[in-house]
Amino acid sequence: MVLELYLDLLSQPCRAVYIFAKKNDIPFELRTVDLLKGQHASKEFLQVNSLQRVPALKDGDFILTESTAILIYLSCKCQTADHWYPADLQARARIHEYLGWHADCIRGTFGVPLWIRVLAPLIGTQVPEEKMDRNRTAMDRALQQLEDKFLGDKAFLVGQHVTLADLMALEELIQPVAVGYDVFEGRQRLAAWRGRVEAFLGAKLCQEAHGLVLTILEQEAKKTLPVPPAEAYLGMLRRISRIP
Amino acid sequence: MGLELYLDLLSQPCRAVYIFAKKNGIPFELRAVDLLKGQHHSDAFAQVNPLKKVPALKDGDFTLAESVAILLYLSRKYKAPDHWYPQDLQARARVDEYLAWQHTTLRSSCSRAMWQKMMFPVFLREPVPPETLAATLAELDRCLQLLEDKFLQDQAFLTGSRISLADLVAMAELMHPVGAGCRVFESRPKLATWRQRVEAAVGEDLFREANADILKLKDLPPADPVTREKLRLSMQALLQ
Repeated sequence: MVLELYLDLLSQPCRAVYIFAKKNDIPFELRTVDLLKGQHASKEFLQVNSLQRVPALKDGDFILTESTAILIYLSCKCQTADHWYPADLQARARIHEYLGWHADCIRGTFGVPLWIRVLAPLIGTQVPEEKMDRNRTAMDRALQQLEDKFLGDKAFLVGQHVTLADLMALEELIQPVAVGYDVFEGRQRLAAWRGRVEAFLGAKLCQEAHGLVLTILEQEAKKTLPVPPAEAYLGMLRRISRIP
Repeated sequence: MGLELYLDLLSQPCRAVYIFAKKNGIPFELRAVDLLKGQHHSDAFAQVNPLKKVPALKDGDFTLAESVAILLYLSRKYKAPDHWYPQDLQARARVDEYLAWQHTTLRSSCSRAMWQKMMFPVFLREPVPPETLAATLAELDRCLQLLEDKFLQDQAFLTGSRISLADLVAMAELMHPVGAGCRVFESRPKLATWRQRVEAAVGEDLFREANADILKLKDLPPADPVTREKLRLSMQALLQ
């Protein structure tokens, strides 16, 4: 039974998992869970993840959620190159240190612009201006810390090589870029870091992984975005209400 | 200089680190960082953690922030028994899964519940709109249900039959709303019996010691004007 990855490339953590698996030639069957079509709320997917969230991994009978857990599991099981998740005690600690801060300051913050610009209007609701302002402030603060306290003068976030931390960070930062808020503008060190990560991953893989989200505004303009079904509304409204 | 742990036991992640280090007999010097007095903003502490948060670890020249990173580092360096963070790929993945999930869910709602129910109104004398508190407590309730249904299920501990880092981290979080007067365990017998098992596995004396400060929260005198102003501003995010 081959590995199954349940993903929607609209989602930042899904892209991190997708890129990691593809870059490392890990054989898997892609099970697309189209969030906008409400497929995460389907009966079939509920069997995989009762929390209705992606990404999810199914390895035989073993089901795993949470992108960080999935990335670590894949890196160990498939024995990927050491640099992704180094065996060295201190290097590995630095990755977890980044991921802890990322969970607080990046996750939940950088996805907000897409919710404001595309997803809320899609279900007929608007996010108040003051929340948009707070989100900008939060992103600016996080970007400053990312540049100063994590990247510094290094090539990558945790050292001189690409790690899981860079993947998780890149995919979050791409999200606002997709709706026209270029977080890299005016931030040369971060822009250079992005260039290095994408060069390492390869243009083709980046195109493949980022293609969907980077064309979201185009799809919205052409009115080709799916209209979420009623069952998806509650979850979407809850997510919108949690925007600080 | 040996291992130093910079902690304030009023902080959930600090409690998890403290209990883990003590339980495993890891020798360390406790460097108390009083959050309510703003000691985490000192220049001295910024040398240890430029992110100005606790817990923080200093091991010779190596400094480390973030509780999960610290727990994993300690677990590996001091060769803690396997059940805390198993070698087995799938068993470990379950712990990783919990530690990742809790960060944006239980951790967030426990912090908000504690601050909105106790710290803002009582310590800072700043009223919290009833609808805000109600929404926070509802979210906490939702997280507790997920904790029971998705993680604990019919197991003895969150990720299996033995206690792991997941249980320490979760319990440290739950003691936050408990300290603020929320009846987290009274209405949830499954969680109550899990708590008993965690306390027994950790040791009741250590559990009591680690939770002394949070359980004395209601006895804190109201903040002085300077502290009040500083905290009101810096903790605004927890009012949303």
